[in-house]
Amino acid sequence: MDERRQTLPDPIPATEACDSPSRRSFIVGGAVLVSSSLLLAGCGGGGSTRQPVAPRYFSRDEREFVRAAIDRLIPKDALGPGAVEAGVDEFIDAQLAGPFGQASGIYMRGPFRLGTTEQGYQLPFTPAQVYRLGIQRVDEHCTKSLGNVFAQLKPDQRDKILHDLQDGKIDLGEIPSANFFNLLWGNTREGFLADPIYGGNRDFAGWKLIGYPGPRYNYINEIEHFGKPYKAPFVSLGGEHPVMCRLSDAPTGRFHGPGCEYARYPARSHFAALAGKNGSKAWPAGSL
Amino acid sequence: MAKKLPEVDVVLVGFGWTASIIAQELTDAGASVLALERGGWRDTVPDFSVTQIQDELRYAVRKEIFEQTRRETLTFRNKPEQLALPMRELGSFLPASGVGGAGVHWNGQNWRFLPTDFVLRSHNQQRYGKKAVPDGMTIQDWGITYEQLEPYYDKFEYLCGISGQAGNIQGKLQPGGNPFEGPRARGYPLPPLKRCAATVLFDKAAREVGLHPFPAPAANTSKPYLNSLGVQMGQCTYCGYCEWFGCANYSKASPQTTILPVLLKKDNFSFRTHSSVVRILTDSSGRRATGVVYVDQNGREYIQPAQMVVLCAFAHHNVHLLLVSKIGAPYDPKTGAGVVGRNYAYQVSSSVNVTCKEILNPFMGAGALGQVVDDFNGDNFDHAGKGFLGGGYIALWNTGGRPILQEYLPKGTPKWGAGWKKALHEDYLYSTHMQCHGGVMSYRDNYLDLDPTYKDAYGNPLLRLTFDFHHNENAMSKFLTDRATEIAKAIPNRGINPKPREGDYSIVPYQTTHNTGGAAMGADPHTSFVNPFLQSWDVPNLWVMGSSVFPQNAGYNPTGTVGALAFWAADAMKRYIRNPQPLVQA
Amino acid sequence: MKIRWLIAVALALAATGLAIAAVQVYAPKHRRQTWTTIQHGRYLVHAGDCKACHTAQGGKPFAGGRPVPTPFGVVYSTNITPDPETGIGEWSERDFYRAMHFGIARGGKHLYPAFPYPWYTRMTRGDVDAIRAYLDTVKPVRERNRSPQLGWPFSMRSMLKMWDTLYLHPGQYQPDPKRSTAWNRGAYLVNGPGHCGACHSGKNLLGAPDRDHPMQGGMAEHVFAPNLGAGKRDGLGGWSKQEIVEYLATGSNAHATAGGPMAEVVTASTQYLKQRDLEAIATYLKTLDGPRPGEPGKPNNDTMQQGRALYVDDCAGCHMDNGTGLPNAFPPLRASSAVQAAKPQLLLAVILEGARSPATPTKPTGLTMPAFGSKLDDAEIAALTTYIRNAWGNRAGEVSKGDVSKLRSAFANASH
Repeated sequence: MDERRQTLPDPIPATEACDSPSRRSFIVGGAVLVSSSLLLAGCGGGGSTRQPVAPRYFSRDEREFVRAAIDRLIPKDALGPGAVEAGVDEFIDAQLAGPFGQASGIYMRGPFRLGTTEQGYQLPFTPAQVYRLGIQRVDEHCTKSLGNVFAQLKPDQRDKILHDLQDGKIDLGEIPSANFFNLLWGNTREGFLADPIYGGNRDFAGWKLIGYPGPRYNYINEIEHFGKPYKAPFVSLGGEHPVMCRLSDAPTGRFHGPGCEYARYPARSHFAALAGKNGSKAWPAGSL
Repeated sequence: MAKKLPEVDVVLVGFGWTASIIAQELTDAGASVLALERGGWRDTVPDFSVTQIQDELRYAVRKEIFEQTRRETLTFRNKPEQLALPMRELGSFLPASGVGGAGVHWNGQNWRFLPTDFVLRSHNQQRYGKKAVPDGMTIQDWGITYEQLEPYYDKFEYLCGISGQAGNIQGKLQPGGNPFEGPRARGYPLPPLKRCAATVLFDKAAREVGLHPFPAPAANTSKPYLNSLGVQMGQCTYCGYCEWFGCANYSKASPQTTILPVLLKKDNFSFRTHSSVVRILTDSSGRRATGVVYVDQNGREYIQPAQMVVLCAFAHHNVHLLLVSKIGAPYDPKTGAGVVGRNYAYQVSSSVNVTCKEILNPFMGAGALGQVVDDFNGDNFDHAGKGFLGGGYIALWNTGGRPILQEYLPKGTPKWGAGWKKALHEDYLYSTHMQCHGGVMSYRDNYLDLDPTYKDAYGNPLLRLTFDFHHNENAMSKFLTDRATEIAKAIPNRGINPKPREGDYSIVPYQTTHNTGGAAMGADPHTSFVNPFLQSWDVPNLWVMGSSVFPQNAGYNPTGTVGALAFWAADAMKRYIRNPQPLVQA
Repeated sequence: MKIRWLIAVALALAATGLAIAAVQVYAPKHRRQTWTTIQHGRYLVHAGDCKACHTAQGGKPFAGGRPVPTPFGVVYSTNITPDPETGIGEWSERDFYRAMHFGIARGGKHLYPAFPYPWYTRMTRGDVDAIRAYLDTVKPVRERNRSPQLGWPFSMRSMLKMWDTLYLHPGQYQPDPKRSTAWNRGAYLVNGPGHCGACHSGKNLLGAPDRDHPMQGGMAEHVFAPNLGAGKRDGLGGWSKQEIVEYLATGSNAHATAGGPMAEVVTASTQYLKQRDLEAIATYLKTLDGPRPGEPGKPNNDTMQQGRALYVDDCAGCHMDNGTGLPNAFPPLRASSAVQAAKPQLLLAVILEGARSPATPTKPTGLTMPAFGSKLDDAEIAALTTYIRNAWGNRAGEVSKGDVSKLRSAFANASH
């Protein structure tokens, strides 16, 4: 285990990234509003001080609910940032505002009937609607039984509610509570472990936790180094310092439109830091 | 009013593996061939580029390159007495949409079936007695033999650039290969892929428990390869993004990387995308197909006349098209009569998670990078007293370590929270899993027909799937899982987590896209829709490709056999073109 | 069953003489030519790559209208179909020869040297007549020529007369008796119909080719056409004759894959040349001098570090960690003359725009590299190309961010 931790580079200080002149020049290109929010999204990362951008699908209360829930599902602890710090709430918000949330590719013709578990999802609601209804009903349940909405509950109270949802013990009307929980948990995992271009997994929080280096394309030299850790900086499809892409139509519109451009940082700063730390060249293989 | 288009010699429904093979072969023979594809055009660049394809969320989780259920899905139930409900989300299997079909997003696990698989019924009855095949199990022989198909397996392997180690060349066993495989005329075109840490551990452990591991035959090129059509392929770099993704560096065999560069340059070939075929047309006798009707993306209908119609779509769609076009006798589970929709089968799978003591770097992988034992596949072992027929392989596939979906955690790991986080942190780099991949027999009550209630985007009734595993599959799967657990125990580990299959078949979790049957091939027109050359018994200028012709499913991934059968059928079609008659008299 | 045996029909046509079936001569009767002359002309039209320039994107063959960017503005290729009014149907053989030999159109108008008459002037009268004979068989298209868009003073045709006086050296190729027949044939093809120097030679401010240092590399529209002279690092010094032949015939060899404008040249021209002619070209090219190699300074180490990181992230998937590429699939970057060219624009163009290798009958695949222009910014591409040009023993000048932005905007303007 120690071997691996040694290979994980420290994140560059947020200020260094945000002062990059190329970042400013990027803002010139796109719509000003979107780009400004990008700046916020990209530069606040790495702690509870992160200022979330205005939600696109959620109401502010709904977002508080989600933040309070994902903070328990993947908490910040000694191992590193949790889902909130990794931007997972913004990831989920963007996903629900896009084709996933709207169930755009899904067979949604009736009649809708309840079936067996083996027959899969049969509710007449899109994922976005499941969130909206589910959040409303859970808050009603919490207010009634605990005197406060979910977001205002103590961590252990929230854990209990989440377990009850998972076990199907809370009545959410037409939505089985386990369905709501599974959707929330599934999206939370996705946001924590998906490529950072989707807004979650900020500063590679999820990938650093597990040791996944990101989508590299060539392991011919390394695959037979049995039992040895792979040493390389983390990388995203957007480079080593991806701009958090906030999508109107994730995932298909990823490379188009304002706010969905690739990273514009020089990779050097990250690299120099790594080289300095190890006191040697960052890349074990290859020649310069 | 549908617009009538100029006639072509051959119209292909779909433009994936089988269509590409048939088109390549028949255009060489001089025929004018048109492929109709319901999805869009796509190619290595830009669609599968290194700049975008390694995106687990977009492709594996949101399933962007698969069929959307909004346009086409099916309804499902486990038992005939249940109410079938639509499969609203893809899960258990993932049909493709777009040029190249599932040949774009497969792993490249490329197998030959065993010689006994082709004579399943007669072989088992001969070895284990007439009663070995229980009532209701409708397995049957294929009407062809392994020996007949061998040259066509070879053709597909040299088209794809399969990396592997032969186990049996012309009857002579080869060290390091699969000792159970049928004899092959020559070895694979490329040597096996490199091994990764997990497959090395599996290999050692399997040997320790007395089994015969070998490197899986892979349609991922271990070296740059110039294929049999002169098309150049790259070399696999173990990026771990095969399954559910297109390949960025031309190293996974697909229609795009093996056939299309040659096929698309031919003047007598054409294709149309966003063209969904909704009917096969027949003349008044019902004995001759006259073409197809298709709908473009703007909802306009066209009649495409053709001298020959070849169904090259996904297994379900081929059967669906036959049913809505009222071609062939629909199967009736009550009487057992009829052939269209009969003998639907699938794959039975289970797994064993292993948390090892050394770093495995699971993200360095390839779709068919695996080490396999075939000791318990087909009839490679004595079934006397086992209580089931058939079998499957046990493999350690290292297809990749994609973080969202490829999570193989130890038993007792909390589902979420700090405990889950800790387990992922400690175990991701050390975890792997073995897959038990078994055949499924066909049964009287597993079948396809039309749903009475639900309709697709074109107003056609949805296909209805009635399917469940039977005692044979459950017993066999348990047997395989137990054997896999024995191997797992021989790997130095921090924990083993067997995941046997349990309960009824569920359409929700992904299992395999190995759906078979519904238009079975065979020597008897009462139990098969196509003859041994894949030509319809009823409508001799109509042909069916793909796994829809499997009379039941073997213990292997189907693509190798699908490819071989397409080449086999293409040869028959060339004979048919010279002399348009049924190749077998019913 | 009515299956059409297209290939059989095509073969039958070929056997009975394609001329009868496919060739209709549109020229006046007195200019009727023999089948052999027409075929000879057709071959030379391939060798001269006439069709590529004289056909607009999506336009009819040889009807002109393709914009040819020059440093002075845009010139449009002309209609050379036999249409009497808008094409060259009314031109006599003499008119045609005068255009090819002196750059003067029928009626006395001087042509712009974007039309490579400074090279075609080396061609024999017989060859020029054969080209004309072939063009007479092309389907006439009524398509008016477009006026060039040039700034003053280049818009004045009188300037062209001056240009010709200064830079045009009319005259057919004179064989060098000291050299072999093959060498002379190669020199004729390269300096005559092939007009290789139009791209591969340096040019002065007025676009006149540098005759003292032929084929030592020059600008081809936006990119740098590499040195074809000796020089192991940036020229053909490391290529055998056979490898040159393979490259021209198929679009690639062990050293390089044709990209940028050269991919089009292979597809439209050199792949059709006879083996003997390709060998002759190789024989000639192997005797050319290269420029004296400069000694570029050692690039900044930080830039190299950054470039290496980007290389591993974006390039190593195909070109491999050590720049070797994959034999027959992905071209090597290590020891590549195109990579180490005096100017980096070809490498930059491939990274910015992507590239598709020529799909020729022997190499039908057309392997394609995606564009990275949208993923990497100018500074990143500068660092990446500096790295590639100096890694693994390569040596070439550093690339600046300005080089990248200039080319990027040139491409952006060209696509408008």
